Amino acid sequence: MDDVTGRPAMRRKKNAAPVEWIRRNFFSSVSNTLLTIVSLYLLWLTIPPVLDFTIFSAVWTGTTRDACLEPGAGACWPFVWANIDQFIYGRYPPSEIWRVNLTFALGIAVIVPMLIPGLPARRLNLVFLLIIYPLVAIVLLAGDRPGLPPVPTSEWGGLLVTLVVAITGIVASLPLGVLLALGRRSSMPAIRMICIIFIEFWRGVPLITVLFMASVMLPLFLPEGVNPDNLLRCLVGVALFSSAYMAEVVRGGLQAIPTGQYEAARALGLTYWQAMIRVVLPQALRHVIPGIVNTFIGLFKDTTLVLIVGIFDLLGQVRAQLSDPSWSLPQGALTGYIFAALVFWAFCFGMSQYSNFMERRLDISRGR
Amino acid sequence: MSDGNDKPARNLVISDKVMIEMKGVHKWFGDFHVLKNIDLTVKEGERIVIAGPSGSGKSTLIRTINHLEPHDEGHIKIDGVELTEDLKRIDEVRRDVGMVFQQFNLFPHMTVLENCTLAPLSVRKMAEKDAHDLAMKFLERVRIPEQASKYPGQLSGGQQQRVAIARALCMNPKVMLFDEPTSALDPEMIKEVLDVMVELAQEGMTMLCVTHEMGFAREVANRVVFMDAGEIIEEAPPQEFFSAPKNARTKEFLAQVLAH
Repeated sequence: MDDVTGRPAMRRKKNAAPVEWIRRNFFSSVSNTLLTIVSLYLLWLTIPPVLDFTIFSAVWTGTTRDACLEPGAGACWPFVWANIDQFIYGRYPPSEIWRVNLTFALGIAVIVPMLIPGLPARRLNLVFLLIIYPLVAIVLLAGDRPGLPPVPTSEWGGLLVTLVVAITGIVASLPLGVLLALGRRSSMPAIRMICIIFIEFWRGVPLITVLFMASVMLPLFLPEGVNPDNLLRCLVGVALFSSAYMAEVVRGGLQAIPTGQYEAARALGLTYWQAMIRVVLPQALRHVIPGIVNTFIGLFKDTTLVLIVGIFDLLGQVRAQLSDPSWSLPQGALTGYIFAALVFWAFCFGMSQYSNFMERRLDISRGR
Repeated sequence: MSDGNDKPARNLVISDKVMIEMKGVHKWFGDFHVLKNIDLTVKEGERIVIAGPSGSGKSTLIRTINHLEPHDEGHIKIDGVELTEDLKRIDEVRRDVGMVFQQFNLFPHMTVLENCTLAPLSVRKMAEKDAHDLAMKFLERVRIPEQASKYPGQLSGGQQQRVAIARALCMNPKVMLFDEPTSALDPEMIKEVLDVMVELAQEGMTMLCVTHEMGFAREVANRVVFMDAGEIIEEAPPQEFFSAPKNARTKEFLAQVLAH
């Protein structure tokens, strides 16, 4: 703990005896020893009870709440097993759940190859991901086609809604954010003004306000008969909201690129868009991968706010199931929230790990 | 420079065809009048060195030729095409005017080869194989074909500048503009870049070069243009320019640069 960065010290002492290593890193001075003891005490206070509740005293089997009623019982995992369909699909009709599963499977099949560097046909894959897949997903999920009975979005819920909102937001906010960032740096005053006003407007309002406006106020202003779907309105709200944040992240990256890069590209005869797409943006976006992923992660967690306009995402669905009297339990809420937290953590941690991986890989391929 | 080269480039043929014509060009940066009534005509095959103290507008002058800096008044014609605000025409001119920068400005996220093939592929719409062959041809000419698959960050400054020259040549330009190509280089790397430029001059490329390398001017240029405070003060063939400068400011400048 003496060494703020931690790492180099550990590496240097790799071959030292473990006792020596511990002494050097944790007990090298009085203040260091004190810090070590305080930290150990805090860990002792928090870790064992959490492990006890979630694992050792937890109830793992059973089908009803009775299994979890014994005194001193920890987390009631049967509550999660019994409601897992609601948590994933919401009130999606059980006979149609295969459509959601197929959408998930297709999504994984499209996204995973995109994430693995060096696979061929990435451009084709990107077109599929950005254009064909969303259309297929809409048809599959919403239905109203021969053989696919309609499922109104009010019946969607759980992880399905979380993923629909988050992925739409993520996929829409990056290109929109890039356009806004370029617009904000444009030499044309009208375009620059529009982009600044747009970005500052969306950054200035809380997401809750945006969702309320989209869900409650917007229908009042729209002409009679025009009534877009509630979920769709929220999707648009979330996408515009996050694109404003994305624009500022991307602008930071654009500012880090010397003007000479743009000038060299233009001097070679490349058009503005060619220069941006081939020369400036690849470098600028690379600079801000951590910021972009940060925005993605924030967006992913912000999707829980759709709860306040009556859309049940994963967290909302967990809360809804808590009020089910047949699972009324003292530890029910804690169990449900821990489960929701684990799911959110898994997605967010995955994103952050992937961004680290990409950064390292780009560094290596540049020979730096 | 190309030592032992007893065939001075200035004896090369200069055609009567006008390649660049600047007439009454003015430019302001805010209140600062950086170019004052510039008249300059460059014929095909000419090799012009633009000299002058820093801040005299030399770089701005050649940057107006491919419209990296728009001029505010006057006319600039490149191979008969007048530079206006018409974006199509600007792109058209830029395709035919190669430029080499002081800071190289190679694209660090692309390999040397990709740097060279980018414009042929996306501007000239060349086939991949042709662009590759073309790029290798010019990389060989600047004597670094073995570095083709490296990234610019792995090369020395001199190597990077030679790649930048090859990159510009891949567009088959009619004119090459050099904006202080050796000023950012360590002294031991200047020669390798100047050698490439001398060769290029000997092949008859029309060149405008802003440089402080007076040896290069002597050997390669057929005309030296001296600028000060945004004006062209004096224009003369190198022998005359160096041995019998007319203007007092030219004399002062030469006394300073040739002193050491």
